[in-house]
Amino acid sequence: MARPWRRAAAQPVEDAAARPRTAVELAGVSHAYGERTVLREVSLVLPEHRIGVIGGNGSGKSTLARLLNGLVLPSAGRVLVDGLDTATDLRAVRRRVGFVFQDPDAQIVHPTVAEDVAFGLHNQKVPAPEREQRVAEVLARYGLAGHAEHPAHLLSGGQKQLLAIAGVLVMRPARVVFDEPTTLLDLANRRRVARVIDELEQDVVVVTHDLDLLAGFDRVLVVSDGRVVADGTPAETVDWYVARMS
Amino acid sequence: MTTLALYSPRPSALHRTPAAVELAALAALSVLLFAVPSVTVAGASLGAVAVLGLAGARLTPRQLLAQLRPVWLWLVGLLVFHLVVTDLATGAVAVVRLATLVLAAAVVTATSRVAELVAVVEWLCAPLRLVGVRPGRIGLAIAMTLRFIPLVAERAARIREAQAARGAARPLFLMLVPLLVQVLQLAHTTAEALDARGADDEAPPRALWRRA
Repeated sequence: MARPWRRAAAQPVEDAAARPRTAVELAGVSHAYGERTVLREVSLVLPEHRIGVIGGNGSGKSTLARLLNGLVLPSAGRVLVDGLDTATDLRAVRRRVGFVFQDPDAQIVHPTVAEDVAFGLHNQKVPAPEREQRVAEVLARYGLAGHAEHPAHLLSGGQKQLLAIAGVLVMRPARVVFDEPTTLLDLANRRRVARVIDELEQDVVVVTHDLDLLAGFDRVLVVSDGRVVADGTPAETVDWYVARMS
Repeated sequence: MTTLALYSPRPSALHRTPAAVELAALAALSVLLFAVPSVTVAGASLGAVAVLGLAGARLTPRQLLAQLRPVWLWLVGLLVFHLVVTDLATGAVAVVRLATLVLAAAVVTATSRVAELVAVVEWLCAPLRLVGVRPGRIGLAIAMTLRFIPLVAERAARIREAQAARGAARPLFLMLVPLLVQVLQLAHTTAEALDARGADDEAPPRALWRRA
């Protein structure tokens, strides 16, 4: 019997793991918020495993990060993630690219830890048994298993950031973008998050002011006034950036 | 722990009871208490709820009493109102009835995960799909309300501290503007986070009159 009030079947969206990782490409990308241009004709091909983005406040680096999973669409130019255009394949791009925000409190939307981690899987219509298994796995991996039923607002700052990361990684994205993931953390938690990023098999892009985080990265971009002004290995770019900011 | 986060997993009979059954019982109790305005019924219900909370849900007396703390002024005010306007018996019924319902609701939230309660609400709201409403959005709104109340309270406390640190015992309403600005910023980022975590994956249902 037809039940018109039942939820429609899940929309077919490409599995993030099915498409091979090639590169993120920005072709002549500009972005403006109203009259204020924050990115100016940026063209990049980013095939590396770990990429850092540094720059002063208001330089455009967070906008650059948001372009990579379609949270912001370019005013001009195109952003392609493994061949998928953020403007036309938005849902597939968002499944492919996870995003971790600076403030985990803004990213945690359910009252308890396990429920929040399950949120993304619920959106992806992952069946309940698999959902529970994946949530348990990711909580154990990030040392949150003992907090599964705890209210999220009672976690420490470091635990909240790990919860935010767990909530993204449980969705098994092919790439993860971090927007200043260590800014609000103490030294011990900064090191813990750095270790988590270090161990990820996913390709990562990390926007940060924490230059120590970039040790061992494959490539670092320096953004200033909406343009990429330096691009190279951490050894080449970080010293240059520090000298420029001094 | 706040009163909004009472749930704690325990091996109790009520924890094993489906959230839908508990919500239905809570609704039935509400109807009974208002349909039969008697001190005996209200008192017996209060006793039954207390026994269920202590024995059935294995809550401590302190946890149960903590649920009445935010409403005790209302209960006293209600009793005083009835003493002035009606009589002691009517006031006693009203107070015991309200206390019973607050405790019963606390027992339900203490023994049911938010996700289970939200799933029941979504199921009840399923017919709204016929008019183009996504029940999942209603459930998400409830869950987010429970999540953000303590967070907004925490931000308000931080603003009060910042104002006090600058030497001013400022009126409470002067806190509202900075709090509003912070809440709007939080809302903006949270909206982005919802998008990033696939909250928009499900296409909205088409209202009946828009279906081919």
